[in-house]
Amino acid sequence: MSIVTILGLIPLLGAVLVAVLPKANEKLTKQVALATSLVVAIGSIWLAYKFNGSDGNFQFVESHQWIKNFNINYAVGIDGISLTLIVMTAILVPIVFLAGWNESEGGRWSVKTFYILLLTLETMMIGVFAATDVFLFYVIFEAMLVPVYFLIGGYGRGERAAAAMKFLMYSLFGGLLMLAAVIGVYIISTNQIGGTFDVTALSHLTIDKPTQNWLFLGFFIAFAIKAPLWPFHTWLPGAAKSATAGTSTLLLGVLDKIGTYGMIRFCMALFPDATKTFTPIIIVLAVISILYGAFLAIGQKDINSLIAFTSISHFGFITLGIFAMTSQGISGASFYMVNHGFSTAALFLVAGWMIKRRGSSQISDFGGLQRVTPVMAWSFFLAGMSALALPGLSSFISEFLVLVGTFTKYPLAAILGTTGIVLAALYVLIVVQRTLHGETTPGNENLSDLTVREKVSIAPVIAILVVLGFFPKPVLHVINPTTAVVMEHAGATDPIAKAGK
Amino acid sequence: MNANNLIVLLIALPLFSSAILLLSGRKSDKWGHLLATAVSATTFVIGAYEFFQMHSRPSSDRPLTQKLFEWISVGGFHVDASLLLDQLSICFVLLITGVGTLIHIYSIEYMSHDHNRRRFFAYLNLFIAAMLLLVLGDSYLNLYVGWEGVGLASYLLIGFWNQKPAYATAAKKAFVANRVGDVGLSLAIMIAFTQFGSVTFAGVKAGAPHASPAALTALGAMLLLAAAGKSAQFPLQSWLGDAMAGPTPVSALIHAATMVTAGVYLITRSNFVFDASPTAQAMVVTVGAITLLFGAIIGTAKDDIKKALAASTMSQIGYMILATGLGPIGYAFAILHLLTHGFFKAGMFLGAGSVMHGMDDEVNMRRYGGLAKAMPITAITFGLGYLAILGVPPFAGFYSKDKIIETALNAGGAKGIVLGGATLIGAAITAFYMTRVIVLTFTGAKRWDSKAHPHESPILMWLPMAILAIGSVASGFLLSSGSALVNWLQPIVNAGHHEHNEELLKPAVVSSLALGLVLIGVLTAVFKYRTVPVDAPTKVSIFTKAARKDLYQDSFNEAVLMRPGQKLTTGLVYTDDQLIDGTVRGVGSSLSIISTAMRKIQNGYVRSYALVMVIGVLALVTTIWLVTL
Repeated sequence: MSIVTILGLIPLLGAVLVAVLPKANEKLTKQVALATSLVVAIGSIWLAYKFNGSDGNFQFVESHQWIKNFNINYAVGIDGISLTLIVMTAILVPIVFLAGWNESEGGRWSVKTFYILLLTLETMMIGVFAATDVFLFYVIFEAMLVPVYFLIGGYGRGERAAAAMKFLMYSLFGGLLMLAAVIGVYIISTNQIGGTFDVTALSHLTIDKPTQNWLFLGFFIAFAIKAPLWPFHTWLPGAAKSATAGTSTLLLGVLDKIGTYGMIRFCMALFPDATKTFTPIIIVLAVISILYGAFLAIGQKDINSLIAFTSISHFGFITLGIFAMTSQGISGASFYMVNHGFSTAALFLVAGWMIKRRGSSQISDFGGLQRVTPVMAWSFFLAGMSALALPGLSSFISEFLVLVGTFTKYPLAAILGTTGIVLAALYVLIVVQRTLHGETTPGNENLSDLTVREKVSIAPVIAILVVLGFFPKPVLHVINPTTAVVMEHAGATDPIAKAGK
Repeated sequence: MNANNLIVLLIALPLFSSAILLLSGRKSDKWGHLLATAVSATTFVIGAYEFFQMHSRPSSDRPLTQKLFEWISVGGFHVDASLLLDQLSICFVLLITGVGTLIHIYSIEYMSHDHNRRRFFAYLNLFIAAMLLLVLGDSYLNLYVGWEGVGLASYLLIGFWNQKPAYATAAKKAFVANRVGDVGLSLAIMIAFTQFGSVTFAGVKAGAPHASPAALTALGAMLLLAAAGKSAQFPLQSWLGDAMAGPTPVSALIHAATMVTAGVYLITRSNFVFDASPTAQAMVVTVGAITLLFGAIIGTAKDDIKKALAASTMSQIGYMILATGLGPIGYAFAILHLLTHGFFKAGMFLGAGSVMHGMDDEVNMRRYGGLAKAMPITAITFGLGYLAILGVPPFAGFYSKDKIIETALNAGGAKGIVLGGATLIGAAITAFYMTRVIVLTFTGAKRWDSKAHPHESPILMWLPMAILAIGSVASGFLLSSGSALVNWLQPIVNAGHHEHNEELLKPAVVSSLALGLVLIGVLTAVFKYRTVPVDAPTKVSIFTKAARKDLYQDSFNEAVLMRPGQKLTTGLVYTDDQLIDGTVRGVGSSLSIISTAMRKIQNGYVRSYALVMVIGVLALVTTIWLVTL
């Protein structure tokens, strides 16, 4: 068994362990879950250590026959882009556990069920980024909906059932389109190389243009819903508003990345011609997402939906970078996925603590927190600075790489995207002013500052954002070779400087 | 000691100290301000050491670089964290650390009653670190980190008392206006990379001669936009007046002496871009000329002493920006004026702080009057700054401002007359509004009520003022005797190579003309403010009304940007909810009819979904099976 498989199985074993624990001992359940996720986090760092950073192809490859008749395999392998996403996921899960130590209480079901769902989800998150068999990817992609559905619907707030349903319906719709495309690709492969679902083998098929276009759309729409890209985004704010802070973190920080990751791994690899055909339209959608998400964020009254809309703007940047098809664009977008994971985690987790203390998620209910809860206020402020991509924090590097990579090919799109940095300043500073500054408003005077547990969970996130802001090299170093492979396959090259040496 | 390896300490020490003060919390309340001041003084010592080392080396060996580490490398985009200390940056290092240290010392006393003094000093150190990075980075991207870093420090310091909503709003406004400028800087870097494959100063300089005029003009325009945001130049000037919400030492350091001059640094640093694009230069002089008059006019109508000084800063930076658009020699004079201005304006701001300190934080000059008697040291140091800004010989401004006026007049043809005229008129208006400040504050009858007990400030406050006042007197002479600064900067800005337009007027004539206009300005103010009503008169000309309202800059921004923006946001929120989500809900409700039917059989959404899953997988398997038969 490869390290990847072992890593993926640990959370599942943890889930089994949690399942056999006595239901009454909630504390033990939480401790076991946290310990499991810490083991996975350490394991992921070991994985990164073992990874050969200068090789852009799949490593730790493993394949076992699963369904013989259709040549479906349990096939996994990771390259630079999937490695960074797996490490990000593995680090985020224990942070989410620790940050939301009590958020499983008061759900529709038991604490035990909550952790079984989350640990199972972690296995799937690792699996979805590691899968190199399209069918395996599809199965995990769909199966993940189940734990998330229960996590939102069973442990969320407000109209949680409706939000969970909406999430499910959207994803299901996208999944069905993808299913059709998966079948389509398989059929073509049977005629050319004997049926296979292996992504590398499939990427060498010769598919005529009209067919490519249809198959591309099948995958792309599923991913655009997941990511989410305008106009497929309307499920997200509701889900973010209703889910617990931890679930929102994983939903936006990790699961939504499957969309943008899928665009690189499947859309671009399997359908290079269709990618070129649709690039102009997608770039337009990405720019719309950047600006639209930012404007909508400015207009939100609820903290969580504000964060959700900022993410729509950020996913616009990621998609823009991917389809700019330059090394800065693709590497920048991949790095953006990692940074956005931590940045969003910081926002959702701190907002979650604020909301829990105040008993409301309405921005207008807060005011003057800086003087009451300075540590919580600083954490929120720094998370906001990361969201507006302040230089010195890692999100700046990825956002700038995306923009510079886009500018070399599509200057107008980059110029429009760059105006998004003004809107970002507005959406962050407005909510910062309304919640943290001004006189302390009634209802906020007695809020308590962060506990030690909460400080311990937020500190690593902020540390990662700062450290990667100054030393992004370790991450970029493993992403770059994979970017080169992706670009070579797509037949894309970087433009040459006009007045260079 | 290796001079190369010390450069990074200039940034690292204050950054580290700032982090200590912020992370240690209340524990460092007792000694936080001392640590911050000591660190700032240390950076000044390092700066001075570097300066003397540099001075002792031959001109060609003066620049030093220190590569720290590889920062970003993706494809052809390669940026090192690397520092460059050359003749231009050392000027800024000395100004930032020198004035910065004086202001640290002043603040120990000024902020002594604020129980968040430690946090204030942490922000000051953060500012010093970011500002030094701004002037020491060897590439536009390194500069950008410092550029936004000072923006952050400025935001934190303007909003230091952000429990007052107006102050919090002022901080936000400054950040957002700066971000508009940052769009310019971002795009400039993107243009540089696309054109030259490099974002270092050296790389862009090497490539500039090969680039198309259009590319250079675009690059220049974007750099100018950046400079306008940071240096409060037209049309991004509106934030500076509100920024006076910050504690007065901040106004002196950030919003007068250092950060707001970063735009002048950026243009001077990019001289190879502007020299190659006459169109970009024309834009620069236009922005400078408009702003110098704009600021001066606003300055005539402000009753708030800090806002009057802020308007003056805007106007004086207008002079500097104008100078940077006048070619090689102009850069040197811009930096000369920047340095002398650093002394006299910081000094006057500290003087204003001293007055406020003695007057229970009153800022309205109409409630001052006759304060010279109660605060002699403040009055004298302020007065020396006043003489310097007016350009009275032999005070500092005489050497720097007259040179800009002269260069503008000699720019050739109608351009020379227009620009020279603007600088001369500006000088007259400057004399008027500054005299107004002096008359309203220090002379005449007292207009404060009996509760105020104006008193001189303690030594920790007046000593920095006195040192800056010495600079206001002597710096101009010292920096220009034997063309010291011009020669010093020559290798960077090519100042030796200036084109010789025919002199429109002889230097002596220019000086006399300027002095004559200044005298008119002074006399007008003295005559007009023989008596000062305590409340501002309401029946005033529409010009005064316009100047009081900052020439309607905020009204314009609100009408053209803010309100349409708010409408757009509200409209989009509505549309998103009703139209896009509504469409989806429409589809959803028709689907829910089906699922309701299914619920009757399956009892619950989840099970119906499980059913769909099963059917889906069955369909998949069947299809594949049928196809591959």
